[in-house]
Amino acid sequence: MKKRKERIDRGIKVRSEDIFALSSYREMIYLLMPRAIPVVGLLGIAPFLSPYWQEVFISTSIYALLAISWDLLISAGLVSLGQSLFYGIGSYIAGALNHYCGWSPLFTIPVATVMGGVLCTVLLLPVLRLRGIYFAMVMLVLPLMLSRLVEATRILGGTEGLPGLTPFPNQLIALYVIQLALLATLFGFRRLMASDYGLVLKGINDNDRSVMSAGLNIYLYKTQVLFIGASVGSFAGAFGTHIDMFAGMPGFALDYALLPVAAAVVGGMGTFAGPMLGAFILVPLSEILRALGALRIVFYGLFLVVFIVGLPEGIFPYVQRKYHQLERWVELE
Amino acid sequence: MNQPIPLLKVSGLTKSFGGVIAVSNVSFELKEGELLGIIGPNGSGKTTLVNLVTGFVKPTSGKVEYNNKDITGWAPYKIVSMGIARTFQMVRPFYQLPAYKNMIVPLYSPRVKKLAGGKYGDRDAVALDLLEEVGFERDSHVAYKVAGSLPQGYLKRLELAKAMALRPDLIILDELFSGLSLAEVASIVPIIEKLRFQGITIIMIEHRLKELFRIADRILVLNYGEKIADGPGEEVMESESVKKAYLGSETD
Repeated sequence: MKKRKERIDRGIKVRSEDIFALSSYREMIYLLMPRAIPVVGLLGIAPFLSPYWQEVFISTSIYALLAISWDLLISAGLVSLGQSLFYGIGSYIAGALNHYCGWSPLFTIPVATVMGGVLCTVLLLPVLRLRGIYFAMVMLVLPLMLSRLVEATRILGGTEGLPGLTPFPNQLIALYVIQLALLATLFGFRRLMASDYGLVLKGINDNDRSVMSAGLNIYLYKTQVLFIGASVGSFAGAFGTHIDMFAGMPGFALDYALLPVAAAVVGGMGTFAGPMLGAFILVPLSEILRALGALRIVFYGLFLVVFIVGLPEGIFPYVQRKYHQLERWVELE
Repeated sequence: MNQPIPLLKVSGLTKSFGGVIAVSNVSFELKEGELLGIIGPNGSGKTTLVNLVTGFVKPTSGKVEYNNKDITGWAPYKIVSMGIARTFQMVRPFYQLPAYKNMIVPLYSPRVKKLAGGKYGDRDAVALDLLEEVGFERDSHVAYKVAGSLPQGYLKRLELAKAMALRPDLIILDELFSGLSLAEVASIVPIIEKLRFQGITIIMIEHRLKELFRIADRILVLNYGEKIADGPGEEVMESESVKKAYLGSETD
């Protein structure tokens, strides 16, 4: 009996990425596995973590949301160096509503998500016509300006911030909430980009004049994408502010701007799963390296460099390619 | 005089970039169903004229009227929704997408939805039909190939199909034939003739004069941004100013 190797996905992919033909449970498992791993992995591991690692996972998920939001913006050609703008605005809206009006997180977080999305979109509307590095520079500057504005005018508690915000009743519940939000965003965004709407976004990123000549208003699409991305970022900020029980100038800190970019580069841009994976590597790594004291940043930087040089496409696209190339033995007739 | 209203009326169109005048006081009219060829030496302002009409560049002065409506300085997407489609001289496909997925973007436009009575229908199927019309042979599966891997001939056809997808009343082809072999040009000419037969008004910018003169009703000649001739092909080529622009004058 002769045997030869065949790629598992050969029979599954009929003609394109989005049309499948399944003929057995094994093929179904092949397709579902990569989708089940993040769901089962994240939700299953949560109860077994120590309180300290639960905290780390919460903060990781927050960064992952910012990274996924960054990835959505870049998919439509918007380079964001200021995810901290979304985070800071979301945290201040939720913080103020809780601090001054006494609203529960149940209301502050959804309101901050939508209001933050609207506010950031309105703020950035005048510069939406800028491309590439020009847009990036404005996004980098805005959160820095806003934090100085808070300091100078002493609004919203000034440098003291807004302390004593309502925490979540239970850390495990908080972890589940943020993880579910993260998974919903991940699968939602992947679905969005696979749709014809997503195709238009890719078109804008690839060649915006071609999209304009196709009779589409690219600024309408950019505004919509900006709103979605800013809403996700503001949600992360609103959530984080209740975890910290504090809203203040650190919400506009550079960490929230730079780590999402690093996570997307390490994980693989344009895939959403990549930036999320990147955040789940970089944030815990930074925690583990804490033992090294001052050398922490050195090793952290070294890790980044090695990864970017060694695997420029990113971890997720690499793993995905290898998974698609998996082979099985089939009998020759 | 009971002349019909022209489909496109350009009057006194001028564009200067800083001190350089790219298009200077150009006026012309286009009747419905006409095929107008625009020729001129390199840098004579042909592509700028297209950009002015399609809204990619805002004119310094002058007026563009379409169907008796002033569309001067409108955004490109609004001009497309009026029924004017264009192709680019340098092809602009989405290189990472398969050819038929490139077609989805124009098929997603509000104009197509409006014309289809509020429904988009199966965009993939429409895309494949249109690509077959411009010469993507259906059994060769070339329509499923990534645009980045296609040769120039197919990219030009894709560019044409993208404009056709918008179901335009006026289609502007900016040097569609440049970079193509004689055989390829010969295979695209019937597609253009078919568009004409369907009643679509066409403006063609071309350097391939022989092919253009065969199919054009009228030729407009630009030189240094100015219109120097406008009329039937033979007449235009006899004109002294055109000879001078193309061949240089004897006293130079």
